Amino acid sequence: MNCGSDNVIYMDNNATTRVAPEVVEAMMPFLIDCYGNPSSMHTFGGQVGRSINQARESIALLLGADPEEIIFTSCGTESDSTAILSALKTFPEKRHVITTRVEHPAVKNVCENLNNLTGHKHRTTRLKVNAEGELDLDRYRESLREDTAIVSVMWANNETGVIFPIEEMARMAGERGILFHTDAVQAVGKIPINLKETTIDFLSLSGHKLHAPKGVGVLYVRKGTPFVPFINGGHQEHGRRAGTENVASIVGLGRACQLAAEMMDEENSRVRSLRDKLEQGLLASVPRSMLNGHPAHRLPNTANISFEFVEGEAILLHMNQYNICASSGSACTSGSLEPSHVLRAMGVPFTAAHGSIRFSLSVYNTEEEIDFILEKMPGIIANLRDMSPFWNAENM
Amino acid sequence: MWEYTEKVQEHFMRPHNVGEVEQPSGVGEVGSLSCGDALKLSIKVDDNNIITDAKFKTFGCASAIASSSALTEMIKGMPIEEAEKITNQDIADFLGGLPKEKMHCSVMGREALEAAIADYRGVILPMAQGELVCECFGVTDLEIIRAIKESDLRSVEEITNFTKAGGGCGNCEDRLREILQETVEGMSAQPKKPEQEQKMTTLQKIKKIEEVLEREIRPTLKKDGGSIELIDVDGDFVTVSLRGACSGCLSSQTTLKNYIEKKLREQVLDSLIVEEGK
Repeated sequence: MNCGSDNVIYMDNNATTRVAPEVVEAMMPFLIDCYGNPSSMHTFGGQVGRSINQARESIALLLGADPEEIIFTSCGTESDSTAILSALKTFPEKRHVITTRVEHPAVKNVCENLNNLTGHKHRTTRLKVNAEGELDLDRYRESLREDTAIVSVMWANNETGVIFPIEEMARMAGERGILFHTDAVQAVGKIPINLKETTIDFLSLSGHKLHAPKGVGVLYVRKGTPFVPFINGGHQEHGRRAGTENVASIVGLGRACQLAAEMMDEENSRVRSLRDKLEQGLLASVPRSMLNGHPAHRLPNTANISFEFVEGEAILLHMNQYNICASSGSACTSGSLEPSHVLRAMGVPFTAAHGSIRFSLSVYNTEEEIDFILEKMPGIIANLRDMSPFWNAENM
Repeated sequence: MWEYTEKVQEHFMRPHNVGEVEQPSGVGEVGSLSCGDALKLSIKVDDNNIITDAKFKTFGCASAIASSSALTEMIKGMPIEEAEKITNQDIADFLGGLPKEKMHCSVMGREALEAAIADYRGVILPMAQGELVCECFGVTDLEIIRAIKESDLRSVEEITNFTKAGGGCGNCEDRLREILQETVEGMSAQPKKPEQEQKMTTLQKIKKIEEVLEREIRPTLKKDGGSIELIDVDGDFVTVSLRGACSGCLSSQTTLKNYIEKKLREQVLDSLIVEEGK
């Protein structure tokens, strides 16, 4: 099967990323030659275990963690569920959880269904954000309680790229003896992280967001943090996550973390400047367009822009004609009938929320691609606005 | 990604009849910015009551734009009396079908057409005068009842797909269930079933349902490690609880409708509606 990846302009890297060629190369032996089971007694299998541990070391290095604090999982979602439910099983008498209104569904839907998932009654505080997508730390401090079992707050938002002050929030929780989890799937590899200098207890990351394949994730668990496994069975991962290891993907993730460390500077310089060029160009050339999210406290690769009076799915399908790949927070693309919960939490007006487009870049993007998008977007928006009953000369 | 037919894609990428008719005979405006889609349809009607021109302006997704374009193509040259009979299904059929979650786009087309014809005739549509049920999307009970009857809707989810009602905060879900129950009962009360079935008492119904559950359904569910309990029977509404491996199973809704409801309709009463109790 050929999907034509050579012909697309891929600006949807917060959804998933291209597997780096170096990662594929590192994985291949484990799909062909080295198929042994790392738990086996023979050298043929046992040597595979060493490769897993090398990957563990590369990941620990990128996060500023110890290798034994790294547990391999199947995805970011599994890591999130494991962390939150582990804390609740550890402290069954603590019935309060703190999260935000802008979490990814992997955390949001768990925190909203704790009563069903644990069989106990829980209260969840969902912290509000302001118009730029930022949290109020005073409100956060006030919400920390004696019976708070865990705080779960994303490091960076997948839709807007807004970065939360996670180190400080973890410290505030730690001072009160409250466990702290962060869903860092969008942050890892894009911004520097050094877990040794924080009091974060749990951190989730996902392979496919940083140029490793889908189907592999990591849960970081701080040494000394109480932990109850989510999946039980064999002794893999020292009994903390049973199930035969996804060896090739784990090796790939290790290689991807090495590459991310090497490319962190490029991500924060070249990719950032491409993003800025795209963003400023669109805001300048398309009337009634606006940026969603704090302009500075943001990932270097993400731009979320609203084009008022037009609908996101229609924009995306026109972009699709030019092989430009992006995402939208509109109702029609969110799978529900309402626009994205993130934009609604920020109070983005409906006129703009339905017409939001997220561009998320990677190191594989080029300036030519940015120029092409800047050339095509104004025409796409103008074409749809000509059709819109809400668009008239007064709006200009 | 939605699976759109070629016809939908064609009418979306190159829509026909975009704009506004000059000196229109009638204009219909439905939807709003906050709802995420809106359609303004203008028509020109000649002395022989024939629609000679139709144009649209639409804010919305691909299927909203395609439905609008299709509608204008369908009604141009059509006598008003004939245009009045166009249903949302006709619009969807013209496009070779729409994804079920997008059926409300075709309903919007039909509503705009009705509004434009009413405007041409100088009458006020009764639909807007009903009880407001869904505040998020401004849907009245009359619109919901009509959709249930016209498209033979049998669940709250289907009502949402067709009218958007219940697709926002979800506070009106209970009211939607009530309307569904009342409407479906009203429909089945009309003489079409053999009398014996009609007169089954609730106790008889419960007994027969329990028999079918025990004889056929439980043994099948048991193979997958699941089970089922009958919780309540209220008119045609059968509330059950899925147990064991079935509870929380992602395909439990499919099992409920395609298997359990089907069996009970075949063997007890074919107007039964099976729902899962929370």
